[in-house]
Amino acid sequence: MEALTKNVMEVDRRPMNFWEKIYLPAILKGMTITFRHMFKKKPTVQYPEKTRYFSPVFRGMHILNRDEEGRERCTACGLCAVACPAEAITMEAAERKPDEAHLYREEKYAARYEINMLRCIFCGLCEEACPKDAIYLSQTVTPADYARKNFIYTKNDLLIPDPVKDPEGFAKAKGIHQ
Amino acid sequence: MMFLLTIDWAFFLEKLILIAIVITLSLVIAMYATYAERKIAAFMQDRIGPNRAGPFGILQPLADGMKLFFKEEIIPNHSNRFLFIMGPALAMLTAMMTCAVIPWGNKVELFGRSIPLQIADINIGILYIFAVVSLGVYGIMIGGWASNNKFSLLAAMRGASQVISYELAMGISLIALLMLTGSLSLKTIVEQQMQAGHFWNIAYQPLGFLIFFICAMAECNRAPFDLPEAENELNMGYHQEYSSMKLGFYLFAEYINMFISSAVIVTLFFGGYDMPFVNETLLTPNMAALVGVIAFFAKIFIFIFIFMWIRWTLPRFRYDQLMNLGWKGLILLALANMLITAAIILYRM
Amino acid sequence: MDITTIVFWFLSALALFSAIMVITRKNPIFSVLWLIIVFFAISGHYLLLNAQFLAVVNIIVYAGAIMVLFLFVLMMMNLENLPVVNKNIWMKFLGVISGGLLLCILVSTSKSAADMNLKTIIMKEGNIGLIENLGKVLFTKYALPFEISSILFLSAMVGAVVIGKKES
Repeated sequence: MEALTKNVMEVDRRPMNFWEKIYLPAILKGMTITFRHMFKKKPTVQYPEKTRYFSPVFRGMHILNRDEEGRERCTACGLCAVACPAEAITMEAAERKPDEAHLYREEKYAARYEINMLRCIFCGLCEEACPKDAIYLSQTVTPADYARKNFIYTKNDLLIPDPVKDPEGFAKAKGIHQ
Repeated sequence: MMFLLTIDWAFFLEKLILIAIVITLSLVIAMYATYAERKIAAFMQDRIGPNRAGPFGILQPLADGMKLFFKEEIIPNHSNRFLFIMGPALAMLTAMMTCAVIPWGNKVELFGRSIPLQIADINIGILYIFAVVSLGVYGIMIGGWASNNKFSLLAAMRGASQVISYELAMGISLIALLMLTGSLSLKTIVEQQMQAGHFWNIAYQPLGFLIFFICAMAECNRAPFDLPEAENELNMGYHQEYSSMKLGFYLFAEYINMFISSAVIVTLFFGGYDMPFVNETLLTPNMAALVGVIAFFAKIFIFIFIFMWIRWTLPRFRYDQLMNLGWKGLILLALANMLITAAIILYRM
Repeated sequence: MDITTIVFWFLSALALFSAIMVITRKNPIFSVLWLIIVFFAISGHYLLLNAQFLAVVNIIVYAGAIMVLFLFVLMMMNLENLPVVNKNIWMKFLGVISGGLLLCILVSTSKSAADMNLKTIIMKEGNIGLIENLGKVLFTKYALPFEISSILFLSAMVGAVVIGKKES
């Protein structure tokens, strides 16, 4: 039978000769291998100081976007929740009051918007479903936590910083998901 | 209280200071051996190892020690309390006791006194080391039994049988060396190797060295002979029930043992505090002692490195392989080595 | 009272006390541990007699090897299920008498022996226990008993191997 790959290696089952039986040459060979590894390049990334390069299509933690004036884009249409295969998104809609026009772009907005990060599979379908460009998957990794309830991210956790009040934070958050 | 006056107080003080220095040194070296172990393991596995506590992680052993001190101390209900505490204490004690007879260097001239850098030059130095090493297994056995845990007990059994088996080959391989030196005093053995025209003992006893080295590894319970610990078979072995600094003592004793056995190997086979290619008699006594101590520690560190290098290269022996190697391999080899050495000595006489 | 005397009395008291502890302990593991202390005390006595080789060999052989094997066996046994030892009062009585007689004989012979009469122990001076002298004596004066005892050991080893071998 023809081998499927070139990596197939025949196992040598001949009885060992004396030189092999005393094992010392094999041990020395193994020790040279480990010694050589001491001088190899280490693939370790010093994480909090240095981060690995993420490709532009990386799908990480979600952010809820704002427009240039700092108004929330989300209109609580629920398309993302419908698209979500893991049913991680829940929301509650509310009607915008006249004095809230500077806060929300549309007349309807999400009063409550929660993503359960333990359910989320980071498929990005919510991002595709959104008609208002309100939800994006950034290039940040969801941080670890001790309690399950802390993984249910509310609107406060998800909203991008206000570009008017906190332009620096906004730019930073934007920069990550370019 | 008259008899107190008969003691040479300066001598007493000198020895006391020497003991304090040696013990502190062994503890510090054992501490940093843990750091070296982790670093070497990491580098051999293409990792970086501890590097957060201080520059290059140099404070890591302190952090580890602190952690152990602050851990909750748990003594199992159904264990024997006294023996449970005595186990790690014995392990540490026997580990530290060995350094009494090792010559750390030549004489030092201080305050008009000639101070030998050896705590006790007894004429049966090697046998003393042998005796203390053979006692080292009590720490493991008592701790393992007192834990009242079947894994610990199994580990204690393994440790005891392993140490007894390898002690024999170790002793026989030493006999061949002692026939050459004609002395049991470690100081004399080192001085013989320092003589002009006399090589280190490794040149005369390469096989003896190999057997001694393997047995030393087995006596230290180091991989590939770490069957009493065997993390994946006995979940930590004899120190499974231990926590806090009692666990620390067991782990520490292992590193001290490694340090001391490296020192013994260097003393017996690699010229002790003899700096190669340097004639110590031409230097001033203090200078010669300094050079000697540096050479001695350099050699010890090389051996500690080799111990770790082997640990992170070779897998653990299976139990029957261990016994086969000890009883059918090393003892026979050691006996043959002894007979051949004796024959050669007779022939040359 | 110099230091040697004090150490002598201390070691003697320690040896006797631990020996008593050996035979009075209920748990054999403690007996073994006390026995180890007895060996250490005796090694201390050897050291006082300047017999360093004997002292160390005593520790290596007895404390380091034989007692480890004892512990080994004792730890493997299930000590709680052992049958109760027969405690016949007459047996005890006889045991005390025979033990006492043995003690009397030992004391009287050692007191009246010509070799020991009117001699005190030479502390720190005798050198018969040093390895060189001991080796010379063993291989010249006592060569025959030495070899005979080694044959005894050899036969014991062969016996152990025969017993330990599985029946095929």
